[in-house]
Amino acid sequence: MTTLTDPPKGAFRPSMLLYDTRYRSITMQVIALGLLIAVFVYLYLNIAANLTKQGLFIDFGFLTTAAGYDINQTLIPYTSQSTNLQAAFVGIANTLLVAFLACITATLFGVAAGVLRLSKNWLVRKIMSVYVEIFRNIPVLIWILIIYFIMSAAMPAPNAFRGETPSATMMMMDSVAVTNRGIYIPAPVWGPRSMVVVAAFILSIVGVFAYQRYAKKLLYATGRLLPVFWPSLAIFFLPTILVYFIMGSPISLDYPELKGFNFKGGIQIGVPLIALWFALSIYTGAFIAENVRAGIQAVSRGQSEAASALGLRPGRVMNLVILPQALRVIIPPLISQYLNITKNSSLAILVGYADITATLGGITLNQTGRAIECVLLLMLFYLTASLTISLFMNIYNNSTKLKER
Amino acid sequence: MSDTHAESVAFVRETSIPPSAPPTAASGWVLWLRTNLFATPINGALTLIVLYFLYYVVSSTLPWILNGVWSAESLSGCREALQGTSGACFSVLTERWNQLLFGFSYPSDAYWRPSLAFALLFLAAAPVLFFDLPRKLLLFTALYPFITYWLIWGGTILVPIIALLGCVAGYMVYARYVKDNFSIAFFGGIVIAAVVWYVGGQMIPEGASETAMLEAVPSRNLGGFMLNMMLGVTCVSLSIPIGILLALGRQSSLPVVKWICVVFIEFIRGVPLITLLFVASVMLAYLFPPDATVDLFLRVVIMITMFSAAYIAEVIRGGLAALPKGQYEAGDSLGLDYAQSMRLIILPQALKISIPGIVNIAVGLFKDTTLVSVISLFDIVGMIRGPILASTDWSGVYWELFMFASVLFFVVCYGISQYSQWLERRLATDHR
Repeated sequence: MTTLTDPPKGAFRPSMLLYDTRYRSITMQVIALGLLIAVFVYLYLNIAANLTKQGLFIDFGFLTTAAGYDINQTLIPYTSQSTNLQAAFVGIANTLLVAFLACITATLFGVAAGVLRLSKNWLVRKIMSVYVEIFRNIPVLIWILIIYFIMSAAMPAPNAFRGETPSATMMMMDSVAVTNRGIYIPAPVWGPRSMVVVAAFILSIVGVFAYQRYAKKLLYATGRLLPVFWPSLAIFFLPTILVYFIMGSPISLDYPELKGFNFKGGIQIGVPLIALWFALSIYTGAFIAENVRAGIQAVSRGQSEAASALGLRPGRVMNLVILPQALRVIIPPLISQYLNITKNSSLAILVGYADITATLGGITLNQTGRAIECVLLLMLFYLTASLTISLFMNIYNNSTKLKER
Repeated sequence: MSDTHAESVAFVRETSIPPSAPPTAASGWVLWLRTNLFATPINGALTLIVLYFLYYVVSSTLPWILNGVWSAESLSGCREALQGTSGACFSVLTERWNQLLFGFSYPSDAYWRPSLAFALLFLAAAPVLFFDLPRKLLLFTALYPFITYWLIWGGTILVPIIALLGCVAGYMVYARYVKDNFSIAFFGGIVIAAVVWYVGGQMIPEGASETAMLEAVPSRNLGGFMLNMMLGVTCVSLSIPIGILLALGRQSSLPVVKWICVVFIEFIRGVPLITLLFVASVMLAYLFPPDATVDLFLRVVIMITMFSAAYIAEVIRGGLAALPKGQYEAGDSLGLDYAQSMRLIILPQALKISIPGIVNIAVGLFKDTTLVSVISLFDIVGMIRGPILASTDWSGVYWELFMFASVLFFVVCYGISQYSQWLERRLATDHR
């Protein structure tokens, strides 16, 4: 009697396309695909009609012509005679720079605020929640503008540092100058044998990791516990410092000095970069603080009590029991906050920081009038960046997923 | 036995001694201070640092605020009134409040219209936000978009009435057929509404707006905080249904539908809002037919709605994924088809789980509406950066203006997030 559940046999009829579940899904998909194609054809025809009406056509040739504008903060060589493509690369480098800096500082702010929000101290707890609420509920755009205007309006001009009794002084033993044109810090000068020092530094980082691995392996194999913190610190610093002096101090510092109307030498961190960097850090820091707090609270109390009952000391309870579990909760939202920083860095255009949106999507677009091409390239860049980051996130998530049996 | 006891002891107290108060160091505010502020030396040091920081902030800002000038004509007037002492120049707010709230070209005799629309917003939102209110109030919520459109844009009342008629006709068709077949009812409703709109649109006489009761205001004259509110409310409410459809599409078993939704969502989420606004300002014009003129406000609404729909879709997808598989199977075993089981079983539960996430997206989106100042729409930030700071009277007044904008945003966003926390507690059905 199994024939009851068998589909009815018989010739194919057109009505089965709609009423038979075997064919209905195909019908629906064909309709969806047809609609999609129709929409694209419609949009394509509109674009073609609009472009021919204005005598334009899609052409990426403008990328190889001279850009003709100056960029004040560049990481890679650039002049106003460089091509628009090079201007775009300068913009990409600047985007990555500010995103990288802001990710680091936002993490520092966020972790500090998140941990302090769980402090036993009532006042500290309250002030941290005030910080989080204020910064989460006011647009980042307003923060960027506030910091930008404070820096450019309230900080002393370079000529305030001049004369017998200057109204402003440089900080940290005359090495850092905070002016309304930006902050000047000393720049490292790489001497002839400086590469050896850098190599030693990189080797010592590798050494730290190797030592920690060795200590862990020894612990698992024999149960012997090696001290980790102080030896790691020693491996990190000592070889580099030794090599530095053996090589005869090949790296020196170039201090900023007041010459003419402005500071010369050192590295200038322009006001737009500072505004963007700092605003993104404190704004995103408030969000990260909430993630960190949620992550720590997600580890149930029984876990830390169980660890203490096993006889672990408080430091080890934190390192071996709480943190590994909290990090599994914290890291995924943390990475999407990094993604947000990268995307929010496009607000640079408001304060005149030359990131990719300001160069390719701003000046190049306005000068060449190539709206479609510029916006498409801009989207392509951001899409690549965020897809790359989410790829890494997925790899991480899969590697830390709870292994259930 | 009790007799012997009574004889051997001279005095037996029959009432207990009243408990003596604990030592002052272990009770009251002293105890509170000791446990909460000065538990350990490090904690005490932290408290002192925070106290000093608070003192520093308050002592530097409070005189500045209290000393503020409220009635000067310009920044130089403020400086004269202050005579070298430090003080805020709040006169810019009393002088330019209308520009900050309504933009610089909205007719000043019509300010009551957006204000009324804003007041009605609370009435319209109340039955959606608080379930205990009578359900009949939802009728006003349904009417609210048409009333607001008429109040803010003005012009002939025929436009919102025909729009309303179309929606009513569509809904009637939907309600009539939804019991038989959801898809026929849904698409039939849309078709009928479109027919009514088209026919009605033909019937509006030329130049009806000139003789209208309310003066017509073109979209380019909207601005200030009003623009932020309008963009925020419109885009969030439009993007929730689209987000639901996208989330269902992404869960779909039909590969073509699924991949269309996945590509759309991931594309929108991968690019910053600012590039989408560039699309709205410079590129969207190419996508419409050559003779069509779609104004910038509508183009921006389209792009922001797409943006938030993608994010809301991801939140709802989380809600759908969090439902136990048994709920889907229960729907199937009752013999419900896809539309019925989604409408009656899955979505009500999934949406309930995703409310906090949707509210977060809404707050974020409301803050992001300030980005429209980049494409030269004059929202509150655009007004501050453009007309006000560029004017000779007020160039140089940063703090007061940005403080004003921050307070407005803070009040709205903090209010919404508090509501969301209240709702989360309210909807929690588990027993703790």
